[in-house]
Amino acid sequence: MKFEPVIGIETHVELTTASKMFCGCPVEFGAPPNTNVCPVCLGLPGALPVVNHTAVEYAMKIGLGLQCEIAPHSVFSRKNYFYPDMPKNYQISQYDLPLCIDGYIDIETDEGSARVGITRVHMEEDTGKSTHLGAGGRIGAGSQTLLDFNRAGVPLMEIVSEPDLRSAVQARAYAEEVRGVVKRLGVSDVKLEEGSMRFDANISLRPEGASTFGTKVEVKNMNSLRSVQRALEYEIKRQAAVLEAGEEVVQETRHWNEEDGTTAAMRSKEEAFDYRYFPEPDLVPIAVDEAWRSEVASGLPELPAQARERYRAQGLEPTTAGLLSREVDLGRVFEDAVGAGADARTVANWLTGEVTAWLRKESLLLPDSHLDGAALAELEAMVGAGDLSATAAKDVLGGVLSGEGRPAEVAESRDLIQVSDSASLEPAVDAVLAANSDAFEKLKSGDHKVMGFLIGQVMRSTGGKADPAAVTRIINERAG
Amino acid sequence: MTDLADLTLSEATSGLQGGEMTAVELLEAVHRRATMTEAQLHAYLNIDRPGAARAAVAADSALGKGAAVSKLTGIPVALKDNLVTRGLETTCSSKILAGYLPPYDATVVGRLREAGSVIVGKTNLDEFAMGSSTENSAYGTSRNPWNPERVPGGSSGGSAAAVAVGSALAALGSDTGGSIRQPASLCGIVGMKPTYGLVSRYGLIAFASSLDQIGPLTRTVTDSVTVLEALAGYDPADSTSHPGAVPDFRAGLERGVAGLRIGVVSELSGEGIDPQVQAAVARMVTSLEGEGAKVTEVSLPSFEYALSAYYLIAPAECSANLARFDGVRYGLRRDGDTVEEMMANTRAEGFGPEVTRRILLGTYALSAGYYDAFYGQAQRVRTLILNDFDSAYGQVDVLVSPTSPTTAFEVGARATDPLAMYMSDVCTIPSNLSGHPGISVPVGLDDAGLPIGFQVMAPALGEEVLFQVAAEVERIAGFSERPALANSRADI
Repeated sequence: MKFEPVIGIETHVELTTASKMFCGCPVEFGAPPNTNVCPVCLGLPGALPVVNHTAVEYAMKIGLGLQCEIAPHSVFSRKNYFYPDMPKNYQISQYDLPLCIDGYIDIETDEGSARVGITRVHMEEDTGKSTHLGAGGRIGAGSQTLLDFNRAGVPLMEIVSEPDLRSAVQARAYAEEVRGVVKRLGVSDVKLEEGSMRFDANISLRPEGASTFGTKVEVKNMNSLRSVQRALEYEIKRQAAVLEAGEEVVQETRHWNEEDGTTAAMRSKEEAFDYRYFPEPDLVPIAVDEAWRSEVASGLPELPAQARERYRAQGLEPTTAGLLSREVDLGRVFEDAVGAGADARTVANWLTGEVTAWLRKESLLLPDSHLDGAALAELEAMVGAGDLSATAAKDVLGGVLSGEGRPAEVAESRDLIQVSDSASLEPAVDAVLAANSDAFEKLKSGDHKVMGFLIGQVMRSTGGKADPAAVTRIINERAG
Repeated sequence: MTDLADLTLSEATSGLQGGEMTAVELLEAVHRRATMTEAQLHAYLNIDRPGAARAAVAADSALGKGAAVSKLTGIPVALKDNLVTRGLETTCSSKILAGYLPPYDATVVGRLREAGSVIVGKTNLDEFAMGSSTENSAYGTSRNPWNPERVPGGSSGGSAAAVAVGSALAALGSDTGGSIRQPASLCGIVGMKPTYGLVSRYGLIAFASSLDQIGPLTRTVTDSVTVLEALAGYDPADSTSHPGAVPDFRAGLERGVAGLRIGVVSELSGEGIDPQVQAAVARMVTSLEGEGAKVTEVSLPSFEYALSAYYLIAPAECSANLARFDGVRYGLRRDGDTVEEMMANTRAEGFGPEVTRRILLGTYALSAGYYDAFYGQAQRVRTLILNDFDSAYGQVDVLVSPTSPTTAFEVGARATDPLAMYMSDVCTIPSNLSGHPGISVPVGLDDAGLPIGFQVMAPALGEEVLFQVAAEVERIAGFSERPALANSRADI
């Protein structure tokens, strides 16, 4: 039997506001443990929360960026459960009346394009962090647990999608697109590896053509975009095997294990918490009037979907346009380079190819490198003028990224300037033709397959600096 | 010569500012009174002699220099032990917070300190303010200064007993269902619950957040005004704090009640009210009418459900508010093999039976499948009560009733019957559900020599008319009796 996966994704986003959701403590990654804390975020007796106005605006931006309606009246609730790194043993969250509802985003994959509904975007506070000493790092197993409350109370947004996704590839594309939107909005640093953006998925399978949903499983601990796809591919196979064996999928929460590429049961439905939500009596409802909403809306930057359209119009491939639209730093350099007269496709390919690979290798972000749009445009002009070969250009790019200088300076110092004038090249060509007379004879008798070999020999003898086009022209002249 | 511990706050203010006595002398008198009465009363959990002495010396210095001082400068004030005090043990009368030293002062504590008052110490209460007698304290029951066989009421029973006996000139309490007004009534003093939001709750260890409100316990209505003036006003640290102007509490004190419309709540008279209490309230109503008030009987039918709604909403909120006491970060910890076991052991040992009962009630009321029938329904009752109040206040300026259905009962009399205990607050709970202000003023003694309290209720931010009527009630009653224990003289 063929099965259709039904997937919905919950995305948690930590905001980069200056202070926490309900107190004045700084939001800062990597501070010494328990230094960014106060009576409010430690849940000390008597302390009361006060809503961070900027966090509400950031949440509104996310909602507007995901085409949501902003509720004129929304309410915080208490989500009750005991956990040692949650200071109050309830989390202030939103429940039945969230800030943002009914949005969507469009995604594009090799499987085509799709619109994914956004059920809601709501605000909550993050928990602290537990470090379990000894025995595999799982709670209960170790002898000691250390608690750091620096993260407790950091503003956290939860973005809940409709169960509109039908494949692991779509799920990844959705996650990428949401990340791109949030990144362009500048409200989070969206670092998956540091946990400032986290994805959980609900996934069930049903026979193709069925209209009811199967039993769903929640998958947690997917710490990269790639692991979203891998985990869901695994889970689809696992559930299909269960169903094909005539068994039933167990409703449970499963933990993705990146190392062995499997999911494992964490807790079953019976063990699931009853969160006993009720309206948070320490806070008053959030009222958003039209004036506030439109003020925030008017300050929104261009969204990935809009940027992607512009890039497509400049002749970029869908994948390239998509990447540049989501990675706002790349997009900005791209636009600067094109603005300075560079060819859009060449520059885009460098950015999504060599530049991205270099950044990944060096573990750097684009703003940390020495590359800017003007440098890319200069480089592209040198190639266009025949001063650099395509291969040498990539070499120069590496030098520019690592701060060796402007493209011309790097090309000069690395001795990569291409030689294309006949007077300089003819002696080298003639030497090669003389040394390879057999091949040259074959060429003259119409066997053009040897041309590549001959050009290669000239390139080698000139240390790669010869312009292949010029070399071809001279060989053809000699062949008569 | 008058023992300084018998002065009202206003008298002490005059004495201090007129140079007739010093804050140190006043504090010494209060300490002597405490020394002589505490063995019987147990009003205090903790008397902070060094802290109070420093504050008194500072007050004398300010008074002596003719610096800007307030009516509270040098006045010894007691704090209910659910108000956090920086570096001063705060337990909520619970074992779970034994030894807990808060790192900050509650907003009201800060305001009292700024006003120059002298914090005498922390008073006893029912554990986490849950109770009406202080018998639920983990550190022993406080006694009523009028008769130590009787309870002082609760949960602010320690504060009420201290003010009544003179081991403080004023005290702060918190009122979630009557916890200021009922003990004030049972101890023969004035206890006032302000409009919800008028006084910051920041630093009040929460019982039921949507009902809790801090207020003064004093010997007189004027003193109540003086303390409230120092407490009231917007606090950005409390999101439910009222951002607008504070009413003029003092404006109506001398105005009398001529022309005012006073409603007698029919649901809070007759059945269930002790006949002597009923008679005292009726006499006062007649007197008010004699002073020119227009008295009518007003029915608020939803009051019948107030107690039930309260005992769903308050436990529901408390079940979440008290979740933080888990042994992880502060207070008691009882180890276990797992973290869950440690939390369970800590809470089982740290909380007393009444607190445990309410946490369980509240947890149940919020559970999946029961929420709407219990918590949801209670919130709808709350709306009905508010509507009833609104329509009543369309006809009258204030409502009056007994504060407590009975005078002080014997220690142990209701300790094993939670429902009978819950009935102690039947007259006071509606104002908590509506967020309106209420005040209890002593109007006389019953045959057993126990004080009777008269309750005045007013609409939201109606403190001006509330104090106006309360002042007239006080004047008419002319209540000047002092509890037997207060007469243990220091100079014997």
